[in-house]
Amino acid sequence: MAKMKFLCDAERCIECNGCVTACKNENEVPWGVNRRRVITLGDGEVGEKSISVACMHCTDAPCSAVCPVDCFYTTDDGIVLHDKDLCIGCGYCFYACPFGAPQYPSEQAFGVRGKMDKCTFCAGGPVDDNSVAEYDKYGANRVSQGKLPLCAEMCSTKALLAGDGDMVADIYRERILKRGDRPQTWGWEKAYGSAV
Amino acid sequence: MSVSLVKWTASVQGIYKRETTMSSKTVTADKARRRFRAMGWSMLLIFACAIILPTTSYLIPTETANAQVVDDQNQRSNFWRAVREGGSGYSSVKGPETGVFIDNGGQNWRQLRNGPISTYGGWALIIAVLGCIGFFLVRGKIKIGAEISGRKVQRWETWERFMHWFTAAGFVILAITGLSMLFGRLVLIPIMGPEGFALWANMSINVHNAVGPFFSIGVLGMFLFWVKHNFFNAVDLKWFASGGGIIGNAHPSAGKLNGGEKVWFWVVILVGLIAVCGSGFALIGWLAQLGIGDETRATMQFMHKVHAIGAILWITMFVGHAYIGTIGTEGALEGMTTGQVSEEWAKQHHDLWYDEVKGTVVGQDKPATGSGVSHPSTSTT
Repeated sequence: MAKMKFLCDAERCIECNGCVTACKNENEVPWGVNRRRVITLGDGEVGEKSISVACMHCTDAPCSAVCPVDCFYTTDDGIVLHDKDLCIGCGYCFYACPFGAPQYPSEQAFGVRGKMDKCTFCAGGPVDDNSVAEYDKYGANRVSQGKLPLCAEMCSTKALLAGDGDMVADIYRERILKRGDRPQTWGWEKAYGSAV
Repeated sequence: MSVSLVKWTASVQGIYKRETTMSSKTVTADKARRRFRAMGWSMLLIFACAIILPTTSYLIPTETANAQVVDDQNQRSNFWRAVREGGSGYSSVKGPETGVFIDNGGQNWRQLRNGPISTYGGWALIIAVLGCIGFFLVRGKIKIGAEISGRKVQRWETWERFMHWFTAAGFVILAITGLSMLFGRLVLIPIMGPEGFALWANMSINVHNAVGPFFSIGVLGMFLFWVKHNFFNAVDLKWFASGGGIIGNAHPSAGKLNGGEKVWFWVVILVGLIAVCGSGFALIGWLAQLGIGDETRATMQFMHKVHAIGAILWITMFVGHAYIGTIGTEGALEGMTTGQVSEEWAKQHHDLWYDEVKGTVVGQDKPATGSGVSHPSTSTT
């Protein structure tokens, strides 16, 4: 079975934020919620590097481990999803996540945050595939239609790769060989363990 | 022998050759011995310097130079190391810490919360409850020794009792809802199912966050109004030395509050008010809104650890407090329900305080005062 992974090629990312826009548009996420963001290190300096960050769909997901209501689950494709009907908006997944993926729609008095929202790898949620309820709560379910996350599909420089981890790794390995470069698979070890 | 040493030394250090051959002819043996000693030390010094001087390259200037070389040669490695260590950059998506690539504190928090805090914390609570049950089975209720006369003295005023029960009600609500957050997944989901528990957990977190601030006012009130009773003194030392009279039938002297009650008070203030209530205000974002600290993940992880550890300690102590105040000690609960305690109870548990208030007997009758005291009073006057 495929294990879905994200990989952002820092040599290719040009900080266009196309992935951020694609995600917001495809999933109609509420204001203030950004499932994906682009971070630039050394912005404006020679050798600056940009990376697109979202939920990495970790192998041993910390969000899932600390959730008090146990609302996370990992699909057969290795995608980490959560059930918004169970989520109580406690914020623990945000404390635990290394990538800052969990987002909350509001911050009100007495620490009320609303239900957590995060990248679903465009795979919807635990309700019927491609139903209105699924779209309202979780956004698009492109995976069920045989498509990949829109952020990666729309990436103009093909910096952001999404899909089966082996295939992503093969594409990246080929690039590295052509460049005579060394791999910069940032976040992979953190997300998928040291074995990858 | 000394001559052969001179010859050997001379062959090594040619500079001394002339002098030593000269001395072997002319100077006395004493003088020669002194010179050999001096030469021996010189040799030692030369060897020592030969070893020590090259090692000065390890000193600071050289080290900085080495680091410079590493920096220049391995820029990319350093770049990604900074990312792994939680460095931040620019992001056009605005929000708290959106510029941070990887936050490493979360893993540590996860391991502590899911590991030692819930494991040892859970056992601490179980042991506290079992300990009280065990103590009750062994020791039973600590009875009032003397015959109950029915005369009573005022212990707690109405406003003090209100403050106590207001805070106590908040405490019980917060303890149940808070423990549900930590142990619910383990204990309650198997019983209630995920949907049922999610409903309860959602209620728990909202009630917990809303009740917490009001509860904190109660604890603060306790500090302000009761701190005057709670300074430790020599009487308390003797009280502790005799184990508070909990074993055996000895009743050490005590003022209005005994040493144990004072310890409980300071646990409530230091662990409860400062650590637990304080971290609670940080967790619901109130401290950050007041400009104290921030709402970064590092702060939240730290505050949550303080909150959880402090709260478990507090609840563990509370189990003991509730036991001693209710079924553990005859006649104690009515002090906080009716505000009055029987003279005999006061004499037995708080003799020094009784001496102060014995002139102000407030009640003369009412054998049973609604607190489940099992001793029917035999006196009528």
